[in-house]
Amino acid sequence: MTTEQILIVFGVLFVLLNIAAGLIWVERRMLALWQDRLGPNRAGPLGVLIVLADTLKLFFKEDWIPPFADKWVFILAPAIVVASVLMSFVIIPFAPGIVVADLNIGVIFFLAMSSIAVYSIVLGGWASNNKYALLGALRGASQMIAYEVFMGLSLMGVVMLSGSFNLGDIVAAQKNLWFVVTQPVGFVIFLIAGIAETHRLPFDIPEAESELIAGYHAEYSGMKFGMFFIGEYLGVTLISAMIVTLFFGGWLGPAFLPPLAWFAIKLFFFIGLFILLRASLPRPRYDQLIGYGWKIILPVVLANLLITGAVALWLRG
Amino acid sequence: MDDADAILQQLKQRLGTDLQYQQQTVDEILTLWVSKERIVPVIQYLKTEIPQSFKMLYDLFGIDERNRNRFNGLPMADFTVVYVLFSFEQNAFIRIKVALRGEYPSINSITSIFQNANWYEREVYDMFGIRFDGHPHLTRILMPLTWQGHPLRKEHPARATEMGPFRLTDEMQDREQESLRFKPEEWGLKEHGDDADYMFLNIGPQHPGTHGVLRIILQLDGENIVDSVTEIGFHHRGAEKMAERQSWHTYIPYTDRVDYLGGVMNNLAYLLAVEKLAGIEMPDRAMTIRVMLCELFRIASHLVWFGTFAQDLGQLSPVFYMFTDREKIFDIIEAICGGRMHPNWFRIGGVAQDLPNGWQQLVQYFVDYFPPKIREYEKMVIKNGLFKARTKGIGIYTLEEAIEWGVTGPGLRACGFEWDWRKKQPYSGYDRFDFDIPTAQNGDCFDRALVRVEEMRQSLRIVKQCLENMPAGDYKSSHPLTTPPLKKYTMQDIETLITHFLNVSWGPVIPAGEAMSCIEATKGANSYYCISDGNTAAYRVRIRTPSFPHMQMLTYISKGYTVGDLLSILGSIDFVLADIDR
Repeated sequence: MTTEQILIVFGVLFVLLNIAAGLIWVERRMLALWQDRLGPNRAGPLGVLIVLADTLKLFFKEDWIPPFADKWVFILAPAIVVASVLMSFVIIPFAPGIVVADLNIGVIFFLAMSSIAVYSIVLGGWASNNKYALLGALRGASQMIAYEVFMGLSLMGVVMLSGSFNLGDIVAAQKNLWFVVTQPVGFVIFLIAGIAETHRLPFDIPEAESELIAGYHAEYSGMKFGMFFIGEYLGVTLISAMIVTLFFGGWLGPAFLPPLAWFAIKLFFFIGLFILLRASLPRPRYDQLIGYGWKIILPVVLANLLITGAVALWLRG
Repeated sequence: MDDADAILQQLKQRLGTDLQYQQQTVDEILTLWVSKERIVPVIQYLKTEIPQSFKMLYDLFGIDERNRNRFNGLPMADFTVVYVLFSFEQNAFIRIKVALRGEYPSINSITSIFQNANWYEREVYDMFGIRFDGHPHLTRILMPLTWQGHPLRKEHPARATEMGPFRLTDEMQDREQESLRFKPEEWGLKEHGDDADYMFLNIGPQHPGTHGVLRIILQLDGENIVDSVTEIGFHHRGAEKMAERQSWHTYIPYTDRVDYLGGVMNNLAYLLAVEKLAGIEMPDRAMTIRVMLCELFRIASHLVWFGTFAQDLGQLSPVFYMFTDREKIFDIIEAICGGRMHPNWFRIGGVAQDLPNGWQQLVQYFVDYFPPKIREYEKMVIKNGLFKARTKGIGIYTLEEAIEWGVTGPGLRACGFEWDWRKKQPYSGYDRFDFDIPTAQNGDCFDRALVRVEEMRQSLRIVKQCLENMPAGDYKSSHPLTTPPLKKYTMQDIETLITHFLNVSWGPVIPAGEAMSCIEATKGANSYYCISDGNTAAYRVRIRTPSFPHMQMLTYISKGYTVGDLLSILGSIDFVLADIDR
């Protein structure tokens, strides 16, 4: 391993964790903007230091493990979500040469990691030994397992067109035309599945505040809760990064800006979209979301796959 | 009244000597005393057999008669149980009273006839210790299970200072906590079904979805609600008991806090009953001012409901826009009344002050500002596909079920029944206003939302008419019993001075009698039934609130839905906990 690689690893880790933490401030300020209020504006310029204040607060909160909880699983669960999401970032090409591991099975690796993230919800909810947490965990498990299927299938169109599982190759294949143009259905479904995977509003059904209070993490406090919190923002960043890489040409862009800047601009655009969705949409019911997935998304995504395959074959002659 | 005469003749024929006495009341509602043994057949007869029958049990409550200044001809009673029924076809109430003798009397339950008698009878038991034989689950409903005594009995202290100092020992705390533990078998709920074990999920009393201290215990099969038990009483403050200790005038601020989103609308319901007793005629200007304030509060209340309903369904933003608009209403209310949520601004015989200079600009601004906003919110919430998916076909009840359970207000109108007390039994000059009664057809959560949104528009129409046609004249009647008494009659001679002094210091003496008001409040029919025995305080005040029967229906309408739907149903009921528990 060269020094450069080590630098990339730590650089990526550093930037990501800061983005995830910074998103606390970004999200609260943007929500406030759309909801005709101010949001956090006291600590530091424009309230940026709220991130620091929040983090410090979480660190100093009593790190309480309920006596009725399954102790070790309870501790393990929040770690899984952060670890699995961070691992997924390994395969993202942020710019030419800036990628932690240039895996030739990048897409598959991403899907595998997001499957592991399901465990954190299920184990967290189960180990809490709390009825609300249990309901949240059950909802989370069925929702994430269902939408993982559609997520995987929606990516296959892109894989067929580019002929590779490697994300670097997929970006390179979009040199002339972004895949969002040739794969609009795949993009929409990936976006929906991405929201469901990160269980953000409107699909925050596992933690639905007005129904389940906080769902699977109802019993968590202190930094363990903070891990779920950061995990969620990392998840948003990850899905946005994947959307950019798979459908919007990754770091590609006109030469007046460096590739990394193009990637960042696109990334923040989609993060903003996630926040806007949260500000505007109500949440469907749990069975409606699952039913919608299996009854509508699945046929559409399969049709998309068939048509893409046929066209790809026909183009190759 | 001819209708009332006809009913009376039929009842006399049917009941013969069981009909003990006909009481004349100030509100001219047919009031009959029936013997204790015959109450069930009489109610049955009134509900099912009589032509244009009384299909709704509007209210059921008790009176402790033991300290009452005796009155002419009424049957002797230690306690009275009062049944108020309503017939939509006749547009008339009927009041059946039963005299009970003894310290802890009992009477037959009518739960087999009216489903919604269940909670009402529990409340009477809780408040008076009157037992109802044949009641399926006669336990306390408003007071804690561990409570000693029955609060509305006259011997029960009304103030903490009349009781010894309170100490919570460890044993007491354990006992209180143990009494709150839910025991399914007490409610006849099974823990195991044929092919599944049920989970009992305790929602509340502290829960973000219940909007206050309400406890719902769900019997769940997965996420499906098999059955549920609703526990209320956490917000009980003894509003009815306080009425017996406050003067007629100083009780007004307590009414503000019953439906705390309705503000002065509560004052109105109380004062209409008091003014009936006192025989006060209101000046036009005072009536129109009252109507304008009430309708502004109706919009404010519906805005809170609209925002929180959307929020319950996961839509985060509307609540902020709507509370901002509600602030604009409060600006007007603050300028006129000085207060915001609880302005306590109506007085016996009028309102506290005349409208301030420049009130027209404030109201005009809002009348112009609000219509596009309603359109915007309709687009944002009502037309949203996910909102529709969450509310259409959820929490359905039919018109018959609604009447059976005592549903009034938007919940009744959402079943396609055009019934609004402002139109059908106009009070405070509502007959002079031009407005429509919005209805919807399906009786589900979505329709209840639709009706409320349209009601805001209609309320705005009424406000506009108030603005354009505000009559000149007095803001308060010149009747001697108005509060505070008018100063201009004071300085004539010693007699006028004494009268003024007494009316201010003791408060007015309202003539003996009984009267009930009924208004279309923000959430449904709200009534105050005031009994005066010729004193400076009420002998008994009964508050009939709309939220109480609506909440009682929750178990019935949420069966078979899921936990997520429960939130839609709760939100669509639009209840206020203080309005349930009083």
